[in-house]
Amino acid sequence: MVALPGVDPSWSAFIDVPSTSGADAPGTSHRWHYLDNGRDLGDGSVKGTLLCVHGNPTWSYLWRSFLAAGSAAGWRVIAVDQLDMGYSARTGVFRRLAHRITDLEDFVAAVGISGPVVTVGHDWGGVVSLGYAHRNREDLAGVVLTNTAIHQDPDRRIPAPLRLALAPGVHGLGTRTTSAFLDVTLALARPALDPAVRRAFRDPYRSAADRQGIANFVSDIPAGPSHPSYAALTETAEGIRSLEVPVLIMWGPHDPVFSDTYLEDLAGRLPHADIHRFERASHLVQEDADTAATAMDWLAERGIGAAAPPAGTAPPLDPGDYVPLGRRIGDLASGPEGPSTAVAEMTPAGPPRTLTWRELDDDVAAVAAGLTALGYGTGTRVSLLVPPGVDLTVLIYACLRIGAVIVVADAGLGTRGLSRAVRGAAPDVVIGIERALLAARALGWPGRRISAGSLSRAKRTALRVEASLGDLRAARPVSAPPEPPADADAAILFTSGSTGPAKGVVYTHRQLSAMRDAVQRTLGLGPGTALVAGFAPFALLGPALGATSVTPDMDVTAPRTLTARALADAADAIDATVVFASPAALRNVLATSGDLDPEARTALGRITLLLSAGAPIPLPLLESVQDLVPAAALHTPYGMTESLLVADIDLSGLRAAAAAAAAGLDGAGNGVCVGLPVRGAHVAVAPLDGDGAATGEPTTGHGVTGEILVDAPHVKDRYFRLWKTQQDAARMRPWHRTGDVGHFDAEGRLWVEGRLGHVLVSAAGVVTPVGLEQDLETLDGVRLAAVVGVGPSGTQAVVAVVEGGTARRRPHLADAHLAAAARAAAARRGVDLAAVVVVPALPVDIRHNAKIDRARVAAWSGRFLAGGRAGTL
Amino acid sequence: MTVLVTGASGMLGGAVARHLVGEGHEVRCFQRRPSGVAGAQDVLGSIEDRDAVTAAVRGCTAVVHLVAKVSFTGASADFDRVNIEGTGFLLDAARDAGTTDVVHVSSPSVAHAGTSLVGAAACPADPGRARGDYARSKAAAELLALARSTPAFRVAAVRPHIVWGPGDTQLVERVIDRARRGRLPLLDGGVALIDTTYVDNAASAIAACLRRIDAAQGQAFVVTNGEPRPIAELIAGICRAGGVAPPSWSVPGALARGAGAAIERAWLALGRTEEPPMTRFLAEQLSTAHWFDQRRTRTVLQWEPTVGIDEGFERLARHYRR
Repeated sequence: MVALPGVDPSWSAFIDVPSTSGADAPGTSHRWHYLDNGRDLGDGSVKGTLLCVHGNPTWSYLWRSFLAAGSAAGWRVIAVDQLDMGYSARTGVFRRLAHRITDLEDFVAAVGISGPVVTVGHDWGGVVSLGYAHRNREDLAGVVLTNTAIHQDPDRRIPAPLRLALAPGVHGLGTRTTSAFLDVTLALARPALDPAVRRAFRDPYRSAADRQGIANFVSDIPAGPSHPSYAALTETAEGIRSLEVPVLIMWGPHDPVFSDTYLEDLAGRLPHADIHRFERASHLVQEDADTAATAMDWLAERGIGAAAPPAGTAPPLDPGDYVPLGRRIGDLASGPEGPSTAVAEMTPAGPPRTLTWRELDDDVAAVAAGLTALGYGTGTRVSLLVPPGVDLTVLIYACLRIGAVIVVADAGLGTRGLSRAVRGAAPDVVIGIERALLAARALGWPGRRISAGSLSRAKRTALRVEASLGDLRAARPVSAPPEPPADADAAILFTSGSTGPAKGVVYTHRQLSAMRDAVQRTLGLGPGTALVAGFAPFALLGPALGATSVTPDMDVTAPRTLTARALADAADAIDATVVFASPAALRNVLATSGDLDPEARTALGRITLLLSAGAPIPLPLLESVQDLVPAAALHTPYGMTESLLVADIDLSGLRAAAAAAAAGLDGAGNGVCVGLPVRGAHVAVAPLDGDGAATGEPTTGHGVTGEILVDAPHVKDRYFRLWKTQQDAARMRPWHRTGDVGHFDAEGRLWVEGRLGHVLVSAAGVVTPVGLEQDLETLDGVRLAAVVGVGPSGTQAVVAVVEGGTARRRPHLADAHLAAAARAAAARRGVDLAAVVVVPALPVDIRHNAKIDRARVAAWSGRFLAGGRAGTL
Repeated sequence: MTVLVTGASGMLGGAVARHLVGEGHEVRCFQRRPSGVAGAQDVLGSIEDRDAVTAAVRGCTAVVHLVAKVSFTGASADFDRVNIEGTGFLLDAARDAGTTDVVHVSSPSVAHAGTSLVGAAACPADPGRARGDYARSKAAAELLALARSTPAFRVAAVRPHIVWGPGDTQLVERVIDRARRGRLPLLDGGVALIDTTYVDNAASAIAACLRRIDAAQGQAFVVTNGEPRPIAELIAGICRAGGVAPPSWSVPGALARGAGAAIERAWLALGRTEEPPMTRFLAEQLSTAHWFDQRRTRTVLQWEPTVGIDEGFERLARHYRR
């Protein structure tokens, strides 16, 4: 045996196991190798046993992190080498799936496992472990699965890499004669495996004879009903539908073999499963992500195992008065407002497209009926790839009406980000404009297709479109399904992805309604209001509020394409008094405000409320906006996809906050002031400890910096298929952890200091970036600043990376004057700046052009200031 | 307390001796040339002379050992004699004389081999990996010194990183001299972060180590200002203090490292004794980050630097304006 990094030698064990498998002659016995941490645990209270089964072509080594984590958490972990695999015996017999399930039962009987058992499987070991779980339910306490498949749809071809491995001439050569199959599998790890780990994985498979098991495993993949293992696979696949134990599925979506299609199939068979997709992980998800710790957390959370107390139950929801999100559409349609405009959509040429409340109500009902007729309903996930406007509004309320779950991802994520989001959401149907359907085809997004516009017959065929929105409207009326339950899932909204891969955020109907109520309460919007919806998340709430809404003519993928003219036209079209926009949009509105005619200025003069949301907006920009909309109260609400409204402040409030900071009010300053928590929302901070972690008891005391926590009826339900992320976010029940850090001042205002992940810890203590960045941005020649740390946490060197004031293309050190000014500003905050670097441009998020990717800046600065090749920022 | 300071004719040795005099200790200085430290007694002699060393340490409670051969050129045997054997003589003599506390002054180069150091901790000295005869012999000496440490004969090592200040001939004068002649390029734009030690801080850290020898014995501590700066800023600061224009040209670090290696070989082959204009080690020092985790040093020694880097530059400027 080579050295096995990560394996305690005492775990390795052999046992002779009498076989009862039909593959062997009676009386046959096989020597098994397995890893067992039982000795680590002593005689104390063991919670139970994790029975780990590897797939092809790995061996028990794959589970080493589970053994270590199990020892720490009080779980016995037994990881077998399946027969003909790893260091277990080469039996010389072709062992099919049914034999392997029996083999595992033989092993368990021989090794003697008592107490609760949790099966853990990967790849084809997932199938074997599920076969065992299905047939041995007495002690079964849970099931953990990682990239695996239990069912091969006879209508779909098996994954291309496996088809290749099975091809005549390739199979023997690729799997047995050479180690190609093994090498390719090991090469799937992201990041690449350490050479010593790769050697350990390869060690039991050095000769062709050693690899016979790999070859047989590949041949045992049932590609169709005629295959000898098809029956065994089907029995397990159907059998597990009745499993009632908790299930955890941890998934690497970059797996070229077991794609998300197989996850979807498993989720359908095990609908109660907790799922976590490790967005960046591949087939060997155990190597790519910390699956062991996640599994241990899950076991504890689900209360699995002897003597484990049951996990805390979710806090009771405030029952409140639940009014479905779309209720007001019907109310207004049947009242005196019926013939007045409900929604309008500005078009590049020609008059705006409008629907009255009555038309909107009818259209929603028609589309809902069309969707029902196509078989969509409760729980159907509908990905909506339609730009904001009349059609999107109709689709949203139609889907909610029939209990379907809308999936909304912003095209501003970029093609890759959007594709990742759509795939992750596993929609049953994609409803999109032609461009989206083309992308859906090119990128292989899952789900059936409905086109928002009308397409030629050829295009419909090419894009697999089964119906258009027009077809839905024209469908034979069917009786409406009952209103969906308040606590059923209603929407999956994707985050902007400015801090890592976009996450799907699940809202129930009750929570969406609470969001509407929070907006109504905080901003006083309701029937009679007319608003310009230039910012997507709020746009969908217009009809729910009973407000008339209009979408301006702009490219929604880029908020900065909103012109002053387009904004004024939209406002004029419905006599709007309210505007929702993002800072990037407002910047462009200002930049294009020079050529406004008096009529347009009059329209903007009618605006009484303007909201800038989505990213912080600098005070000077807001002051300029005020000149454009002189009658408007300017609000900059603070929130996130997980809770659209947390706090709110207007321009006069911002001026008062700045004055308070200047006057030295306790806690005022050092961050962006976002105002007072909105009514109905509880906000607190979990104080940071010396390591920059939010470990303190939640407090509202002023001047205490911590992670911002929010609890409100309109906070999201959970993250979609991100079990671990959800656990982290909800660790301090009932609080939702926002991932932002900040503090309160003595008058209760909240000040945001940056992202928790961007907090740095220097030798002098914890430093949050925003306050110092604001100071630096007041210096001559600094347009934008990022404050980041380089070096190990706890002794990080603090570095300012600034944009502006340079004609040079390459990053360079600031001149002595700027460096001295920056250091003086930092010193006033007790921070020693190691370096001031000037770059042509800082990386900012696509959607808002405002949120700096400080993690990237920090990594780049680390390379730059180490004297190595820094690459591009 | 009577303290023997070896190597007090150097900038750091002199500063240590003055610091200890200022703290009220009786200070004896041992080196080949007069130290010029007011209030201290000079004993002249060579560290290679066992008898002279034995005489010097007699009656001393504590020793701060700074004598070392610091250069690029010279035979390996010379480095071994001064840096390893000399340290051995001194430690033997000190123990025999009843000395109880020893601070051995070492260098961060004893534990590192040319790669960039970013917030690094003080690793054990490693003569096998150290680059060049100086670092190798200093590494061996440190291991030897720390191995002698017992509760009754307490030895600790202090490794100040790049010590500079008024009167510094190693770094400051060379930088100023070369800049004046236009022969000082920056490497890779001089962006690598380097942490340095103003001489008074190094001296106070050594004195602190003597005070805290109970907690410090058997260990090595890297000492710096704890203010990493891009090397271009350090060089500019030194140049401005010396009244010359900072370098404005840069060469690629890889080129300088290659050239340094070539020059080293040529220098050694030609048997030249003066310091070469560039060595591979120097090129690495000037183009890769070198800064350290100071938390353990400050906690154990209960010490903080008192002269910030900007204050240091001002003092340097005052020195040159005189």
